Amino acid sequence: MSDLTAVPSAAPGGTAVASAFAAPPAQWRLLLRKPTFIIGAGILLLWLVCALFGHFIAPFDPLAQQLLAKNSAPSGAHLFGTDNLGRDVLSRVIVGARDILLIAPVATLLGAALGTMLGLVMGYFGGVVDTLLGRVVEAVLALPVVIVAFLFIVAVGPSSITLILVIGFIFTPLIARTVRTAVLVERQQDYLASARLLGERPGFIMFAEILPNVLPVIVVEFTVRLGYAIFAVATLSFLGFGVQQPTPDWGGDIAANYGLLGAGYWWETLFPALAIASLVMALNLVTDSIEQVISS
Amino acid sequence: MTGLQSSSDLGKEAGPEGPTLVVEHLDVTYRVRGQDRPVVRDVSFTVGRRESYGLVGESGSGKSTVALALTRYLARNGRISGGSIGISGLNPLAMSKEDLRQLRARTVSMVYQEPGLALNPSIKAGRQIAEVFEIAGLDRKSSLDRAEDMLRRVQIADPGRVMDRYPHELSGGMAQRVIIAMALATEPALLILDEPTTALDATVEAEILDLVAGLREQMSTSVLFISHNLAVVAKMCDRVGVLYAGELIEEGPASEVFAASRHPYTVGLLRCIPRRGQRKDSGRLDAIPGFLPQPGQVMTGCVFAERCSMVVDECRQLPPPGFEVGPAHTARCYRHADVPEMPGTAPEEDQRSSPLGLPEVADTADLDPIVTIRSLDKTFGGGETAVKALHNVNIEVLRGETLGLVGESGSGKTTLARTLLGLTEPDPGSVIAFDTVPLAPGLARRPLDQLKSLQIVFQNPDSALNRRRTVRWLISQPLRRLAGLSGDQLAERLTDLIRSVRMEKRHLSLRPGQLSGGLKQRVAIARAFGGGPRLVVCDEPTSALDVSVQAAILNLLADLQAKEQVTYLFISHDLGVVRYLSDRIAVLYLGRVLELGPAETVFAGPHHPYTEALLSAVPSLDGQRTERIKLTGEIPSAANPPSGCVFHTRCPRRLPTGVCETTEPPLAEVEPGHQISCHIPIDQLRVLQGNAAPKG
Repeated sequence: MSDLTAVPSAAPGGTAVASAFAAPPAQWRLLLRKPTFIIGAGILLLWLVCALFGHFIAPFDPLAQQLLAKNSAPSGAHLFGTDNLGRDVLSRVIVGARDILLIAPVATLLGAALGTMLGLVMGYFGGVVDTLLGRVVEAVLALPVVIVAFLFIVAVGPSSITLILVIGFIFTPLIARTVRTAVLVERQQDYLASARLLGERPGFIMFAEILPNVLPVIVVEFTVRLGYAIFAVATLSFLGFGVQQPTPDWGGDIAANYGLLGAGYWWETLFPALAIASLVMALNLVTDSIEQVISS
Repeated sequence: MTGLQSSSDLGKEAGPEGPTLVVEHLDVTYRVRGQDRPVVRDVSFTVGRRESYGLVGESGSGKSTVALALTRYLARNGRISGGSIGISGLNPLAMSKEDLRQLRARTVSMVYQEPGLALNPSIKAGRQIAEVFEIAGLDRKSSLDRAEDMLRRVQIADPGRVMDRYPHELSGGMAQRVIIAMALATEPALLILDEPTTALDATVEAEILDLVAGLREQMSTSVLFISHNLAVVAKMCDRVGVLYAGELIEEGPASEVFAASRHPYTVGLLRCIPRRGQRKDSGRLDAIPGFLPQPGQVMTGCVFAERCSMVVDECRQLPPPGFEVGPAHTARCYRHADVPEMPGTAPEEDQRSSPLGLPEVADTADLDPIVTIRSLDKTFGGGETAVKALHNVNIEVLRGETLGLVGESGSGKTTLARTLLGLTEPDPGSVIAFDTVPLAPGLARRPLDQLKSLQIVFQNPDSALNRRRTVRWLISQPLRRLAGLSGDQLAERLTDLIRSVRMEKRHLSLRPGQLSGGLKQRVAIARAFGGGPRLVVCDEPTSALDVSVQAAILNLLADLQAKEQVTYLFISHDLGVVRYLSDRIAVLYLGRVLELGPAETVFAGPHHPYTEALLSAVPSLDGQRTERIKLTGEIPSAANPPSGCVFHTRCPRRLPTGVCETTEPPLAEVEPGHQISCHIPIDQLRVLQGNAAPKG
């Protein structure tokens, strides 16, 4: 039913493309009323601040070694204790947010951009195009992802760029498949026939007519994938294929210290692990609330 | 409290001998975003034993909410905030969960609109009905026997085979019969039918309605019949209640409410419907101005005051009580005494001249065709599963006329329109010429001026308008693309266009989701007219709209045609609407044209037996049953059409000679401008249909 009195804060006609992407304000307000969203977004914001200003916040230089105070348990001086080389664990956890929070979102963005384009093309054109691209997507998905990623990283050499490319390409077919399904639903709608009757070109129909309507799906997919990307970055770093020591990094720090768990130095592993867990959990909370709001 | 008092005295003694259903001062509230919104207010009515009671109202009037409240099936955010309900003397509001379950299992049954959604898709029809008996305590074997028995009672020709079918193997009408069989299996005291035939074709609807009427005579079940269709309610019900914005504004015997309405809304609704003999060039339809209020909107005074043409100050101050205006007939209107003389909203003398300047429809014979369709075929799929959606269609659409396209679902109406528009490519060898120039089969190869010339208004504006775009963008697109306008010129034309579809500037910044159904359809119409089309396909443009809004849209379409001199191809299953708007009519069945001719000739007869059946399936508002030509059986599958005349399997006038089964009759001119595809000679048809022909 209509609400003729409600006038949304829509942009003027000239920026019609941009305004189509703006979610109705009511939906955002709904989001802000969800406790899960508030908690998730709060934790996310905390890590974002650490990633951006970590060096100013950290109580110690994350690289500074205090060989006399190595493996010291959490105390007033070192809240999270020190590691095997006497580095402050708290400072390493804070500064360690930087690389993972750069690599994971950029990689996911790359995957989302490529996947969206692929999905739009497959879904809109259908037929032979869909079949051919679909086979390629299936073939890529059938490859043992981890092995391919390792081979690529070994061949090119580990770096942030390599990680972004690897994770981005791995995500592309997954996101493409989701977008394609959403586009197939839109294709049933008469507004596409209506656009064709105006003589609109396929590119315009895909990006100006369909894309705004499948955007919610892409947003949800993006946040879900972002969680996986964080896992992937942490895992690759843990295995030595990601961020290289001594640069502070959660996965790398766990790898460097987990051998000492048996000696009772639990804090060196636990706190970076908690950092990963809290980041992924926060993302899931945000994803869930966005999904609920969109589907309501 | 100012309820409709007529029922309150009956409610107290609701025992086995009392009425089946007593609803008193029922209030239902939905909680939306932390706010309570009343959607049903102070509704009282009584359904006596073996009585059939109709609740009519437009979307958002609360009719389904009332039905759900009766068995406490409301959504989680809804609650009954006041009043009482009595079903066979039982009070569902005070029941435990188990008692409520028993009530739903034994005493009340419901049948909903969408038969496809009401059956479990993974269980065979027979088992689903048998389940009802098993719950009642019968063993498996006898339950199945009883189920088959029920199917026979709902007049399914081959119950044994239907028992073994899954729901997706049943047609809509068949599925609805199965559901009715399930609903009646326990011989409930009350059967609630919520728009049971809205999703069905007119011929199937007529069959289902006859079935329900017949079953009601055999069983002692009371019926609560919910519908937006006044004619259906008039046909089916003894008593009627009219709901508007959650309030029962008029209530009484069906014959009285429809023949002598005493509430301006009821009168307005009745006047919205095109009457027999009313045509676009003889007068406008009376539309109810304004829009339905939002569900739950709080109003002081009369709920209808804002749209009422008879409103006085009193109406806005205090909600009117129910006035006794006749025996068991109440109306909530202060001016109920003046209602019969309510002025119409359309001007008496109509300024709209016929677009062609033609006084008589028959003169269309002189017009030249704007579209010529020759041997048009369309096959979907191939090999064994090929479906012939259109077969050898030859039609001319004349310049400036409205060609009505009627037929049941699956007859090929929409496919015909889509091939004309180029959205669907016809089979090779088909010819569609526009202004004598053959059109390319696909849109991609049609030049801009052909794109401009052919446009469409789709059935469902929700689907036809991009929901993420503003009205301004949606209407500007055709102006940019087809008319090649930009800047000030575009802005100027945009202003013209929204004015011509009776919208306001403030609507421009809204998105479709913020508009009512009628406004959305206006946006779609503006889009279709933006490029200056010569022919506009109207594909059921009002079937998704409420009755009170439909009239305004039909008026608008007729006005635009007169102003812009466009030709319409008007598709509708509503014969009243087609008759009002069309100059000529084509009747389609299984992708073939069975009859084509001037509208009045086609309606008046003699007509093709199929047209005859379609016409007699339409319930009329006066509630009188015309002698119906009953169609038996289902519409055959287009994948495997019958031999000979495709209609012979259902034709009540099939010739005994067997020619109908073997030879397909040609579409032959039987009178000037009137073509029929039938073996029966026209004179014989005239004799056969002499009595049955509806009076024009």
